[in-house]
Amino acid sequence: MHEMSICEGIVQALEEAAEQQRFSRVRTVWLEIGDLAGVEIPALEFGWEVVSRYTLAEDSKLEIIRIPGQAYCLGCANTVAVKQRFDACPRCGSYQLQITGGEELRIKELEVD
Amino acid sequence: MCTVCGCGEGEVTIEGHHHEHAHHHGHHHHGHGHHHDDEGPVKAGNNLHYGKGPAHAHAPGLSQGRMVQIEQDILAKNNQYAAANRHRFSHGHQLVLNLVSSPGSGKTTLLTETLRRLKDKVPVAVIEGDQQTTHDAERIRATGVEAVQVNTGKGCHLDAHMVGHAVDQLKLPRFAVLFIENVGNLVCPAGFDLGEDAKVAILSVTEGEDKPLKYPDMFAASRLMLINKIDLLPHLNFDVDQAIDYARRVNPDIEVIQVSATTGEGMDTWLDWIMAQRRAKLTRAREGYARELAEIDTALNGMQA
Repeated sequence: MHEMSICEGIVQALEEAAEQQRFSRVRTVWLEIGDLAGVEIPALEFGWEVVSRYTLAEDSKLEIIRIPGQAYCLGCANTVAVKQRFDACPRCGSYQLQITGGEELRIKELEVD
Repeated sequence: MCTVCGCGEGEVTIEGHHHEHAHHHGHHHHGHGHHHDDEGPVKAGNNLHYGKGPAHAHAPGLSQGRMVQIEQDILAKNNQYAAANRHRFSHGHQLVLNLVSSPGSGKTTLLTETLRRLKDKVPVAVIEGDQQTTHDAERIRATGVEAVQVNTGKGCHLDAHMVGHAVDQLKLPRFAVLFIENVGNLVCPAGFDLGEDAKVAILSVTEGEDKPLKYPDMFAASRLMLINKIDLLPHLNFDVDQAIDYARRVNPDIEVIQVSATTGEGMDTWLDWIMAQRRAKLTRAREGYARELAEIDTALNGMQA
């Protein structure tokens, strides 16, 4: 359940941004979450309800932008899509894949008052 | 509130960390309380309304909302603390290994045996992470090695901030090898950089050989996989080659050492690996200082000319 810690990290980031950019309330948070980032979206949404309560982001909406997994194959030198870390290269079957995308865990933008 | 960094993290307790971490208080940043501790997830579950409340009934034209681009890594805060730890360890020439595994993989036994063999050769210290109890730190101290226990309370992993405090407590000697025994959990600790030099995943042969596939993030994040309890192999159906093959599917570069803390088999190879990491880190530091000295000499020579 490190989704809870991630939510706490988001609230902290929002509080810092609120001070710098002068807003007092967050309505919507857009997150970029990679498919290989090890985050369960339902757990994240559950955690968000609990963690954001009594904060500037209470009742805010989480909008999740999924980023598909991507890897560079050392076997055939192609960039390929992967669903899991242990996938074989869909082109050549090699397991010598370097993950190049899908590990994102970013706050993209906010709708604020 | 913590006087060093202003933290207030509820249930986390660090042995000997003398401030009010252990009691509950409101998050101070904005004068509101994050009342995590008052609300168990079940009770919170009953209150969930999935963001369908009146706050989202934006009437067209009435919305005061504006968009703010922040483009920030969610774990940025942890990563900042991790970077601070890493800087501190590099300054003290300390090698730091983050040991991760499931509960019951024999991590603490392996660690005490490692310390017993290592402690007369290099300064060693341990940070023990568990949800509760100081049992493991006591087992470590029984070997004569200094250890600090961090209890994470409800938390499922150590974070870089807790480790920073634990290091304050340890008074870690320069040139030491520090072992961080993370909370027994193959999921969450993968995402939290503590400022370590390497993560070491421990997989015991009493577990399934497919654990690297079931928990790929951890094996992808680790530099070394220790296969522990190999003295039990004759009694089990554990396929060592298959386990290694699975681990390399998620991490082609992962190194593998087979050990038994009980019989001592493989322990020398594991100790050699630690020493090789230490030598590499010290060598890199030496090269860095040599470059700096050369630059200083160049500057000094320039003054003479």
